Amino acid sequence: MSVRNQPARFESDTDEALELNFDIQGHPVRRPWWKVWSKRNNRVPWVSIFVVLFVLVLPALLADVITTHDPLRGVLADRLTPPFWMEGGTTTYPLGTDKQGRDILTRLIYGARISLTVSTITILIGAVVGSTLGLLAGYFGGWVDRFVSWLIDTFLSLPHVLLALVIVAAIGPSFVTIVAIIAVTIWASFARQVRGETLSVRETEYVARAHVAGTTSWRILLRHVLPNVANTLIVLATLQVGVVILEESSLSFIGAGIPRPNPSWGVMVADGRDQILISWWISFFPGLCILLVVLSLNLLGDWLRDFLDPKMRQRGRS
Amino acid sequence: MAEPLMVVESLSKHYPVSEGQYGGRTVGYVKAVDGVSFTIEKGRTLALVGESGCGKTTTARLVLRLRTPTGGTVKLEERDVHQLSGADLKWFRTSVQAVFQDPWASLSPRMRVRDIVAEPLVANHRVSKDEVRERVGVTLEKVGMQRWQGDLYPHEFSGGQRQRVALASALITEPRLLVLDEPVSALDVSVQAQVMNLLKDLQAELGTAFLLISHDLATVRYVADHVAVMYMGSIVESGSVDQIFETPRHPYTRGLFDAALPTHPRNRTEKLEIKGEMPSPLNPPTGCRFRTRCPQVMSICETVPETIEVAQGHRVACHLFTPEWS
Repeated sequence: MSVRNQPARFESDTDEALELNFDIQGHPVRRPWWKVWSKRNNRVPWVSIFVVLFVLVLPALLADVITTHDPLRGVLADRLTPPFWMEGGTTTYPLGTDKQGRDILTRLIYGARISLTVSTITILIGAVVGSTLGLLAGYFGGWVDRFVSWLIDTFLSLPHVLLALVIVAAIGPSFVTIVAIIAVTIWASFARQVRGETLSVRETEYVARAHVAGTTSWRILLRHVLPNVANTLIVLATLQVGVVILEESSLSFIGAGIPRPNPSWGVMVADGRDQILISWWISFFPGLCILLVVLSLNLLGDWLRDFLDPKMRQRGRS
Repeated sequence: MAEPLMVVESLSKHYPVSEGQYGGRTVGYVKAVDGVSFTIEKGRTLALVGESGCGKTTTARLVLRLRTPTGGTVKLEERDVHQLSGADLKWFRTSVQAVFQDPWASLSPRMRVRDIVAEPLVANHRVSKDEVRERVGVTLEKVGMQRWQGDLYPHEFSGGQRQRVALASALITEPRLLVLDEPVSALDVSVQAQVMNLLKDLQAELGTAFLLISHDLATVRYVADHVAVMYMGSIVESGSVDQIFETPRHPYTRGLFDAALPTHPRNRTEKLEIKGEMPSPLNPPTGCRFRTRCPQVMSICETVPETIEVAQGHRVACHLFTPEWS
């Protein structure tokens, strides 16, 4: 950029200061994103981010490094050891052991890996399939829209757990089965949301302008509609991580999910069910993990929705 | 008379009104635009004025080929706009551009200004990146902005600046016709004047014809060469800007001008008052559509009036001017 004599100034705007600075010669300098972000919204839900990071993401990524026990094979002699602060507890098993003598903490950490893998894969599938169909339905309308809407309604009205039980009964529980079942049940919420957003974006003046400019429909879909529904998509995906973790846990709890002895949080809750009054820690800690992670993801999603709303960036305008 | 650029003949857009779920049966039509004809001359401005809901914007959308008409033709240099395809369509898309009403809604919030401005160019031509950059820079300067502002996003601009961006985008292919749908009504009054002056200067410089859709009579008088007054989907009066403003004939046009404030309180004159609301377009009056509100209504008004040329180029659709009555 060439050196100019006049320092650049905007006409009458107030919060350009938020995203633009001017250097000594008057060139505009975009502020680093972290400064813009922290100015734009200072109520970042740090606790939620912390929980998601330390209960879900880091354990899932580092499970092999940070655990010392075997998540699948226990020491029968140490069965039903309570957490370390209780009488009879040892720091070898900080959160105690289950009835087969497996370390609860280790199983929780490996459980995080299962939860994260399942939710990532299902949400990727669900978001790609759902938003593609939603975009097409919302943008092209007509019979495409009628067909997709019918499909969405059908899938949203299916009882998920019953469907899962039938499928598992037919082909047996496995990782692939549960991913497929959850993906089938969540694509519809993506499709419905994206279809609605697309319907409103399609009618905006900038899409009309793009038509007048001669831009093709496919290009409009990719360059104009998709970027403007992307926010919704990100927020929905975040919220759906919680839904998927809950769903996977429920299915695992009733035995239609991740097959034993894999340490899914749902499976762990189910394992401790018959000893809940004596050895409460077997069910309690995985239950607590589900609660914390799902709650945090929901709070995080709510915050993201406000944060990514373009109107937030234009506060005080129009 | 200058050469005609765009000729619109008996253009209509009737929207079916249906009852019941999933389409159902058609119970009637809303005649949003009903037999509208006008001519836009090269390098001149035609203003289309009227109340909200009279079909101005629908007409603009038909002219821009954003909607398909149910009848009539739009011809740009003798070629029917709605029959074009392939290379001819590209020619049309570069020849006719638009600026819309709301500068807050007409720029995609996710695109940089330079991509917005370049859009009509890259959509229709094979151009190198350097050339696009150069043309965007030149065009931004043409509308009174600076090159580096192309790197910003729309939300970093004020309303007037945004409308300049929209204008730059519309001008980058050097169109022959620019459709301006209420280009300044969303802006502050001081900025309105700036933008209108900019439009006039650009017209003088580039020789672009304008189709100006507006309900602001002051703007129209300032910019337009010809005026067409619309009421409930049809043109009731048309003529040069002087004819319409100095000697309005149709009772609706006169009422419209009388509704605007006089420039001086002492200029207040006897007013022709239009009473009531526009009738429902679902069930418009028979004959002259204006007869339910017309202060000079007669029994013959139950028949459709013909359009009569009362002076050179000054046409009125009203029974008051039918030869056997006047």
